[in-house]
Amino acid sequence: MIIATNVTKKFGKLTALNDINTTCNKGQSISLIGPNGSGKTTFIKCLLGMVVPDSGFITFNKQNISHDWKYREQIGYMPQIGRYPDNMSIAQILVMMKDIRKKTSADLDEELIEAFELNKIMDKRMRTLSGGTRQKVSAALAFLFNPEVLILDEPTAGLDPLASEILKDKIRKVKKEGKLILITSHVLSDLDDIISEIMYMQDGQLVFHKTWELLKKDTGEEKLSRAIANVMKSKL
Amino acid sequence: MGKIIKYVMLDILRNRIVLAYMIFLALLGFSLFNINDNPSKGLLSLMNVVLIIVPLVSIIFASIYMYNSAEFIELLVSQPLKRINLWMSFFIGLSLSLGLAFFIGCGIPVLLFAANATGIMIIGVGILLSMIFTAIALLATVVTRDKAKGIGVSILIWLYFTLIFDGIILFLLFQFMDYPLEKAMIGFSILNPVDLSRVLILLKMDISAMMGVTSAVFNDVFGSSIGMMVALFILLLWVFFPLWLSLRKFNRKDL
Repeated sequence: MIIATNVTKKFGKLTALNDINTTCNKGQSISLIGPNGSGKTTFIKCLLGMVVPDSGFITFNKQNISHDWKYREQIGYMPQIGRYPDNMSIAQILVMMKDIRKKTSADLDEELIEAFELNKIMDKRMRTLSGGTRQKVSAALAFLFNPEVLILDEPTAGLDPLASEILKDKIRKVKKEGKLILITSHVLSDLDDIISEIMYMQDGQLVFHKTWELLKKDTGEEKLSRAIANVMKSKL
Repeated sequence: MGKIIKYVMLDILRNRIVLAYMIFLALLGFSLFNINDNPSKGLLSLMNVVLIIVPLVSIIFASIYMYNSAEFIELLVSQPLKRINLWMSFFIGLSLSLGLAFFIGCGIPVLLFAANATGIMIIGVGILLSMIFTAIALLATVVTRDKAKGIGVSILIWLYFTLIFDGIILFLLFQFMDYPLEKAMIGFSILNPVDLSRVLILLKMDISAMMGVTSAVFNDVFGSSIGMMVALFILLLWVFFPLWLSLRKFNRKDL
């Protein structure tokens, strides 16, 4: 569904992405793992067209995304740090996004809005919200339009345990519907039962992309956090 | 695209600065026409104030607004929207609200006291200047990421076009007095939309005593009607060229 070919991106002297090649298919749930500054978020932003690669290209359903923008209708994106216009209320943001995406209310998935009890604070302005509540709004927006692809950048960071469980349940549910899910997270214990594949990045390079089963076999570990620790150690 | 324009304009209306600008222009217009007993004198004073204030307010307001909307733009870029449409919506929303504020604020006194061709020309030029300086502000904000730097650059651009440029022209004139500079002067005035606007209005007023060097030359070389067409065309280029440059930059910008 998403194919990245030789994607390279430099910020000045820093090479944020170095010749990334990978393929992501429908039904997979991929975990993007790597140390801080390894290029995970840059890669995600490339997929969304927010960062333009210096060379290489990305295709979405066989369409090159650099000449296309419609493909984003099929993506739900939850950013690491949700930044919203300060003086808009949650309700206004939701109305605006619905307006932009032109979906009828029948296709909307408002489960997370209810689960997070956002209805009670609809009139609050974005500036007054805490970091965790912002994350809830970001998550609700990502799932709202029933997208085929979900890109979640550090979804559980800043969420309280209850909200984090709600979100994970939702991810599991969506996974069963056969959608493509891309998650980056540092809290690896979150991911054990959700993911099917692992992409490991370091210093802008994609070190490997294999299935969780294969990684278990290679490292001899049952837990994701241990398996990754194992990989990181052997790299050093 | 229309939807984003709607949200941009709603947002601008909500912070009331544009409303204050409109009321200020109206008060200014009324008081200038009341001070001068002759409406064409009033128009002349109005022109001089408009040529300074409209660029200043447009460029500063537009650049601060663009920096404050950084989050909004970031949010929208990840949505199924074309970047060109997004950027154009911001341009149209900003220049429409600034132009409308000018049209209402300055238009009412002008139409009440001096509803003639010159008055209409001042209104038209003011709207064009709002668009030009919005476009320049957009270019300044897309080039510089730092807010303080970007707004500083905007203020410098305004200072250059309203003050420094005239100084340079005068300096050149005195230095090269012995040479025929008429043709070169046209070339210079093309480089400054504020100067060009003044030429345009003065050509319409047809007061040769007030014209100053550049407009006199315009009058000589082109005659007043063709001169006006040329000036108008170049002013339109001043809208499109910075806008096009900023669009190109924004299309490749990393957010």
